[in-house]
Amino acid sequence: MKNSNPEYLIFLGCTIPYRLTSYEVSARKVLKTLGVKLVEMPDFNCCGYPIDLVNHELASALATRNLCLAEEKEMNILTLCNGCFGFLNKVNKMLKEDEGFRKKINKDLNEIGMEYKGKVEVKHLIHVLTEDVGFEKIRQNVKKSLSMIRVAQHTGCHLLRPSKYTLRDGLDGHTLLKELIELTGAECLDYVDEGECCGNPIIGVNEDIPFQMAREKLEHVKKVNAQALITVCPFCHIMYDLNQPLIERRFNERFRIPVLHYPQLLGLAMGFTPEELAINDLRVKPIELLNSIYNAE
Amino acid sequence: MAGLKHIFENATVTRINPRFRHEMADAEKLLLCFQCGTCTAGCPVSRFSSFYNPRKIARMVQLGLKDRLLSDAALWLCTTCYTCIDNCPQGVEVANIVRSLRNLSVKERRVMPLISKKLALNILRSGYAYIIPESRIRRRITQGLPHLPRSNLKQIAKLFEVTDFLGVIENVETFEKVEVKE
Ligand code: SF4
Ligand code: SF4
Repeated sequence: MKNSNPEYLIFLGCTIPYRLTSYEVSARKVLKTLGVKLVEMPDFNCCGYPIDLVNHELASALATRNLCLAEEKEMNILTLCNGCFGFLNKVNKMLKEDEGFRKKINKDLNEIGMEYKGKVEVKHLIHVLTEDVGFEKIRQNVKKSLSMIRVAQHTGCHLLRPSKYTLRDGLDGHTLLKELIELTGAECLDYVDEGECCGNPIIGVNEDIPFQMAREKLEHVKKVNAQALITVCPFCHIMYDLNQPLIERRFNERFRIPVLHYPQLLGLAMGFTPEELAINDLRVKPIELLNSIYNAE
Repeated sequence: MAGLKHIFENATVTRINPRFRHEMADAEKLLLCFQCGTCTAGCPVSRFSSFYNPRKIARMVQLGLKDRLLSDAALWLCTTCYTCIDNCPQGVEVANIVRSLRNLSVKERRVMPLISKKLALNILRSGYAYIIPESRIRRRITQGLPHLPRSNLKQIAKLFEVTDFLGVIENVETFEKVEVKE
């Protein structure tokens, strides 16, 4: 049974409002049309992931504070960012499973008058689209089939691994985004090393390695002649879109692969205009892609 | 005599700490590592730089080479892709061991990447990992986006304090880049 009136607290994280509102704009548009009600967080702090490498306890306490805010609202959390999903979901599961950990983090939370009770769930956009909205309803909302285009997808690490936290009943994380893409009518091409990391998390200390990783990904995507790469995470998107011109210059290669947020692709299929989906915010302009979509008749 | 002194100093540098692995997350599982190298084979960072090698890190922790590990700049190259966790035939969570090593290095040596210090200070000041510029906040209105939620900064500072991080962040050495040595 699909949830016919899904309602979620939207957890934007930090990177999306800072650099990638195109993802937020397009996600809000498609979710509204698909009947998902979004409620704003009453209060917010960073999910904690960027702190985990320097202080696991503080990072976990920051994540838990957000979970407590959701508990007060009695609502589940929807994230758009893989990093936020990965970390909030992992901490949520660890707190539920590990009593010692829960006691330790609750001791920190008690200092600010909060207590984690374990009453909420954390989902990423692609889980809400598959589990709550459902393929049938998405299909009904596709007004313009994108059958004339061929794209590739990059789901991103923190939706896939560690599988003990990311696996969901009967749903394979590796194929979810593909299936969602195919609902728009577009063909989703396979390529080599689809599950490989974008490299973004270490770019602050070393550019060489992540740029080589991203270059390799773009080469694989180009080899299968995909007209665009589809992402569902701001970090992956920054790596492949915003940094694409840097990577081209650094390795003296030419990719020009547009990178769209999944809700932008879905939004086009649902009949929204490129302007409504903030497609012009993209660094690599999808001119040819839009031409094939709108001049196909 | 100079030679002996030299050897002695080297011995101090590679001091062995047999209880070291108990300071790690999942200390018991680490004993199960039989050095098959699956983690390194699947690690995207190792693929581009032999400077980073999770199998070797697991071995060094087993051997108790604490000082060497904590001062190894390569620690900061893990992207947290978690491929090693899903691939290890023994259920060793290498990425979590790397996280424990990083945490310990911060705690005991008071060193961290500059970017981490900046992000932590931003969270302390604004609740967000980045200071979002006024222009962006204004642009949200023209984009039809709702106001961003505010943060309770008092509570956030308290969490920094009770997890012993406030003192660390005020008094920590930073480094900007990890130079890869092959
Ligand atoms: S994959 Fe597991 S058992 Fe094999 S070397 Fe790595 S940590 Fe050890
Ligand atoms: S999590 Fe870190 S150590 Fe493990 S495979 Fe990924 S980059 Fe390598």
